[in-house]
Amino acid sequence: MAITAPDPTVDPTAVPKTKGPLRRAFDRFFENRAARAGLLIVIPILLAVSTYPLWWPFGPNAIDLRAMNKAPSAIHWLGSDGVGRDVMARLLQGGRISLLVAICSVAISTVIGFLVGAVASFGGRLVDGAVMRLVDLAMTLPPVIFLLVLASIAGTGIAPTILVISLLSWPVLSRMVRARLLELRERDFVVAARGMGAGLPHLLFRHGLPNCIDILVVYATLQIANAILLEAGLSFLGLGIAPPEASWGNMLNLARSTVVLENYPWQWMFPGAALVLTVLAINFIGDGLRDAFDPRSDLN
Amino acid sequence: MVDAPFLSVKNLTKYFAPTAFSRGPVVRALEDISFDVARGQVVGLVGESGSGKTTIGRSVLRLIEPTSGQINYGGTDITKLGAAQLRRQRRKMQYIFQDPFASLSPRMTIGQILTEGLDIQVIGKKSERRAKAEKALAAVDLPVDAYDRYAHEFSGGQRQRIGIARALTLEPEFIVADEPVSALDVSIQAQIINLLRDLQLRLGLTMLFISHDLAVVEYICDTVIVLYLGRIMEVAPAAELYARPQHPYTRALLSAIPSLDPLARQGRQVLKGDIPSPANPPSGCVFRTRCPFALAACAGAVPPLRATAKGNLKACIRDDIA
Repeated sequence: MAITAPDPTVDPTAVPKTKGPLRRAFDRFFENRAARAGLLIVIPILLAVSTYPLWWPFGPNAIDLRAMNKAPSAIHWLGSDGVGRDVMARLLQGGRISLLVAICSVAISTVIGFLVGAVASFGGRLVDGAVMRLVDLAMTLPPVIFLLVLASIAGTGIAPTILVISLLSWPVLSRMVRARLLELRERDFVVAARGMGAGLPHLLFRHGLPNCIDILVVYATLQIANAILLEAGLSFLGLGIAPPEASWGNMLNLARSTVVLENYPWQWMFPGAALVLTVLAINFIGDGLRDAFDPRSDLN
Repeated sequence: MVDAPFLSVKNLTKYFAPTAFSRGPVVRALEDISFDVARGQVVGLVGESGSGKTTIGRSVLRLIEPTSGQINYGGTDITKLGAAQLRRQRRKMQYIFQDPFASLSPRMTIGQILTEGLDIQVIGKKSERRAKAEKALAAVDLPVDAYDRYAHEFSGGQRQRIGIARALTLEPEFIVADEPVSALDVSIQAQIINLLRDLQLRLGLTMLFISHDLAVVEYICDTVIVLYLGRIMEVAPAAELYARPQHPYTRALLSAIPSLDPLARQGRQVLKGDIPSPANPPSGCVFRTRCPFALAACAGAVPPLRATAKGNLKACIRDDIA
């Protein structure tokens, strides 16, 4: 290719350098007060939950026979339960399990949702029709009953709970991803990539994924809150995390007799409050991310 | 095969059929299109909206699968190529898009956009790809520091230059330019047209130039193909076509060019009505419903594309119009 040097007297690009689209989205995110508050709540919770064995003297299943159903005190900050276990230690361990289950199941369901949506939108009409009918089917199943059936098949424990929650939550995401990719497929820059010989993996991961990242991030964040609640619900019903392993859901389950509810409020109040606070904070973050990724928000 | 044209399109047809889940008529976007392009030539495709210009351009690069017909490119029929062969073939042929705002990914830097083709085709090392991209930027008169910026930082004309640079990085021999200037300001249009003309001459590119701007086509094209409702109406060298249009439709198109001469304005021939639906085209000659010279016989058979006295091609049964 014979090429001449550009004319040095002309500077056709007197454009100020600006930030990329991702960077601008994050700037907008940090301007959002609720989202910042959400981060301020979630980050300490994550830190506490992941490091607690280093600084808290009690283990989650260690029994202190001198302290059964004791109210919060200097030794047991959040009191103890009916068999003398420290509520603070169980709360932190429960947070660990609950967040682990939530994050893993969301990661799995995000991958499933993206791939199903991608296959539907790039696979041609027949594949699209078949896959989307399957998604319709998955969406029309009543979630609670579906969850209970799945859970009773998969059993209790961490891995089955992750599996059950991830199998329940991908269809909505795959619909959103499909809609986005169907639109993207006809965009000129994707046609250009095809014209340069791009195959499906290139189209999906160089164009599809970056242009779905807003959907994925927002979905994942909001779904984490949802998954924590689902896990709590399952454990409360005795199908999620089985005792003696702690989770916020099964702590609430153990505390549901009227005697405990009336006389030992610290046994259900703290896990309940942790659950509400975490879910609320994550929802704030999710809302903030959604607004940050909305292209129209630049106009305001 | 010395005499084989560079690109030869034979009986290209494209129907858009309704899907299994929807009802509707078959849209006949292209009907029996045949033309040749010689190496180094710029061939113009002109016609109204909906006449099938873009469909031809995209079919020729197999961005749309044609319903039937052959596209012979350097001796191979690209409609029959398998995926791997087609991918190799794509190095040689590139597309320039109409809308410079839609044709560049908002999430990629200019560098990523320009090296994308080299990436896909696995050409060169990373540093070599960058060098090629910078060379292409220089070729379209953009500074090298554009490399790390995003498309939204550039104006329409600059973006169109980036689109052209992207087409050049693979060093193609054939380019389809789909209305490359119609989305731009008039002052920028001239720059881009001159740039394309310049690049075409310098790099010896063969080009299919799609436009509805007849002045632009006259300037840049060697041969012009006039389309109407998915059919070829007339094929002639640009100078010839503008001086002596043979087909009534070409005459109507040319007389629609704004003129400063009040006398020329009086002789203006204005077409009545709209282009018919390609889902339900008229019988016989598709132009007869709006043709001021139409005869009863025009509704009969489809007029074949035949040679005129000058050796050009036209699809009209009347020889007395000139």
